[in-house]
Amino acid sequence: MKLLSRKTTCNSHGQDSSYFLGWQEYEKNAYDEVLNPTGIIQMGLAENQLSFDLLESWLAKNPEAVGFKRDGESIFREMALFQDYHGLPIFKNALAEFMAEIRGNKVRFDPNKLVLTAGATSANETLMFCLAEPGEAFLLPTPYYPGFDRDLKWRTGVEIVPIQCSSSNSFQITESALEKAYRLAQKRKLKVKGVLITNPSNPLGTTMNLIELNLLISFVAAKGIHLISDEIYSGTVFNSPGFISITEALMDRNLHGSEVSNRVHIVYSLSKDLGLPGFRVGAIYSNNDTVVAAATKMSSFGLVSSQTQYLLSAMLSDKNFTSNYATENQKRLKKRHDMLVSGLQEAGIGCLKSNAGLFCWVDMRHLLSSKTFGAEKELWKKMLYQVGLNISPGSSCHCTEPGWFRVCFANMSEETLNHSMQRIKDFVDSTTDVVSRRHRLVVRNSRRRSSHDRDSER
Amino acid sequence: MAIEIEEPSAGLSRVAVSETHGEDSPYFAGWKAYDEDPYDESKNPSGVIQMGLAENQVSFDLLEEYLEQHSEAANWGNGISGFRENALFQDYHGLKSFRKAMASFMEQIRGGRAKFDPDRVVLTAGATAANELLTFILADPGDALLVPTPYYPGFDRDLRWRTGVKIVPVHCNSSNNFQITPQALEAAYNRAEAMNIKVRGLLITNPSNPLGAAIDRPVLEEILNFITQKNIHLVSDEIYSGSVFSSSEFVSIAEILEAQNYKNSERVHIVYSLSKDLGLPGFRVGTIYSYNDKVVTTARRMSSFSLVSSQTQHLLASMLSDTKFTENYIKTNRERLRKRYESIIEGLRNAGIECLKGNAGLFCWMNLSPLLENPTREGELTLWNSILHEVKLNISPGSSCHCSEPGWFRVCFANMNQQTLEVALKRIHDFMEQTKIKKNLL
Repeated sequence: MKLLSRKTTCNSHGQDSSYFLGWQEYEKNAYDEVLNPTGIIQMGLAENQLSFDLLESWLAKNPEAVGFKRDGESIFREMALFQDYHGLPIFKNALAEFMAEIRGNKVRFDPNKLVLTAGATSANETLMFCLAEPGEAFLLPTPYYPGFDRDLKWRTGVEIVPIQCSSSNSFQITESALEKAYRLAQKRKLKVKGVLITNPSNPLGTTMNLIELNLLISFVAAKGIHLISDEIYSGTVFNSPGFISITEALMDRNLHGSEVSNRVHIVYSLSKDLGLPGFRVGAIYSNNDTVVAAATKMSSFGLVSSQTQYLLSAMLSDKNFTSNYATENQKRLKKRHDMLVSGLQEAGIGCLKSNAGLFCWVDMRHLLSSKTFGAEKELWKKMLYQVGLNISPGSSCHCTEPGWFRVCFANMSEETLNHSMQRIKDFVDSTTDVVSRRHRLVVRNSRRRSSHDRDSER
Repeated sequence: MAIEIEEPSAGLSRVAVSETHGEDSPYFAGWKAYDEDPYDESKNPSGVIQMGLAENQVSFDLLEEYLEQHSEAANWGNGISGFRENALFQDYHGLKSFRKAMASFMEQIRGGRAKFDPDRVVLTAGATAANELLTFILADPGDALLVPTPYYPGFDRDLRWRTGVKIVPVHCNSSNNFQITPQALEAAYNRAEAMNIKVRGLLITNPSNPLGAAIDRPVLEEILNFITQKNIHLVSDEIYSGSVFSSSEFVSIAEILEAQNYKNSERVHIVYSLSKDLGLPGFRVGTIYSYNDKVVTTARRMSSFSLVSSQTQHLLASMLSDTKFTENYIKTNRERLRKRYESIIEGLRNAGIECLKGNAGLFCWMNLSPLLENPTREGELTLWNSILHEVKLNISPGSSCHCSEPGWFRVCFANMNQQTLEVALKRIHDFMEQTKIKKNLL
């Protein structure tokens, strides 16, 4: 008899993808300015390392928050015993206010509708368990975060059907793409339970505009399905046009409290905005009482450490700190973003215009030897082994067009970022001759072929 | 069992609306009664005393003392990189220093009679997550795990709810002190087969909750034979291993495996947690220790859904690698629990109540079957209700633990101070006196 479950032997955990392979190579030969200057620079990790000094100085001024004290009294016992899945009230209050602040206080969040989970990873999986049966599907716009393949599908048995987006309109979601995805699911005999968007987008680094948001709301309203808005990068918006949350979009259409708003759920986390992925702080926000009730009970399987809840309740309740942090953090992210964009420009490489996130969506299509994913893989390997940069290939994000890469900019020092830009420029310079020679060859050859052949080259 | 949703627009899963979370059982109803009228020595001396919560509150002073003397465990010391590195650490392998400390702590609890390899330690947010995770790994939806009764009510949710796996009970009874017998194991296995259900494993809790007793070595050996013969898994939930009143009385499955050179050990997995032994349920620290490489690898990847906060890993790595501290803690904690146990047993005996002979845990298994008007589940619940509302004690009825014999109750003794325990014992004493009088009058 087979000894382990089907889940153990299937590949839905996604650990064999390039996303993880690049990571492995980096671990074997990690760049260090002093100790290993020719090592691989990690540009595949969406971490925010730019504002730790702000957190550290707050910690230095607030020893009670880590010392289990409140107004001089020890609360260690109380925290050690606190395992209520409703979460620490002072923390949920502070988190709800923090989320509102990020949205310019244009919306308010009720702490009673907030469910705490061990990271957004846990939140997304929990929502799948609550909203879909094994074998049912959620629609996701591509390109999307590679981790979703594991988080949404592995233990839940739920399927993902892609909403294909393309560079022709900056990868925005269109009505026809939504309908096409829905029909594709039907063809595969999959019942669609909802749409999951990430806004701001990973890997695009863009915020959705009101048109897109309205499109989505109308779509889920018409189909009677759910909408999950993963807003974990909402605090990383550093430029106009600014962030419009799904809540705002609903309010804008007077749909607050309506039937469709009962099917809209938000996921949040402190891993990106505050740079605390190790602390495992995620949340689900829903207006649907049944979802809140079920998710709350399910959170037993991934509660946030009370020690961490206490620390962060103190930090997030300090409004002086949070407002200063938000402004400063966004300033620093913008600076880094601009550095990366101009550095790439100097190498003749363009990016999708972006205003958020910890990465850029880089256009390397012109560096491909052919417009194929095979060529993308080739280029990715060259970047990894030759140039020494671990960047994420678009195919790992299910992008339909080869040649796009996600490049992170907030998980390293300025010097390292500059150094990586230099490496890219050197690489492009060295291959330009080769490429232009090959290009001339291709052009010459294509003139000999019939136009029929040229059309098939997509 | 799932409830059918009437209007399609709500569109939630069966799991979301089912009652398999088990929150409507008396186990939770008693909790609610306590929440509405909680005992307080000065502010509410006639309130409900919570004796249904298996928490360990007897050794906090030792932990607090440690924290006073080692503030760097909680605040990352003065080094700049300490906080940064820790805040970024989300590797599902877990902090190496913490895994080492955990492995060494588990060895100390077992008096050095078993060795634990830090690379086989998988960290999860509590034993709740560990048990569910293992179930996902060892069984497919529709399969079953055998679980000896009486068992921890939370298993109904932890093992079944989202996994779709069933529990088939292995019935134990008072005729032999509720010990697990090969006959009971066979009977349960055959019952599953007759229902066309595939049994994937056996889950035991050792020391047992709610019995408060460690499983004997010969029984463990029989269990190992059974699972090997049936080619199924064994999960040994040893979260109360540090709460055994005397070290020599606890035999871990790890010891038996070591003694037989780890033959057939790839079917065995141990669950541990710091919620009971260290009294830190809020910190969410659990672990899976498996002798099976594939299980370790898969469990590690799955633990992404329930990682332990790196802040907490850092604190506990420091605490548990201090072997002088841990040795003293284990010894002192054991001693205090033993004293509490003895005082409750004596108090109950004076009231004319007998308990199962226990040697571990944070509770005792009390026999009130002589008091039942009807030797049935209903009779037990009636008695439970009067104890809750008249005597104002929240204790756990055996039926909520799936005990096949009515009249047994689990009574916790470590989640209150000595004075409160005495108040509780006095109330029980008075209740028993009144009951005797009532019986004499009839």
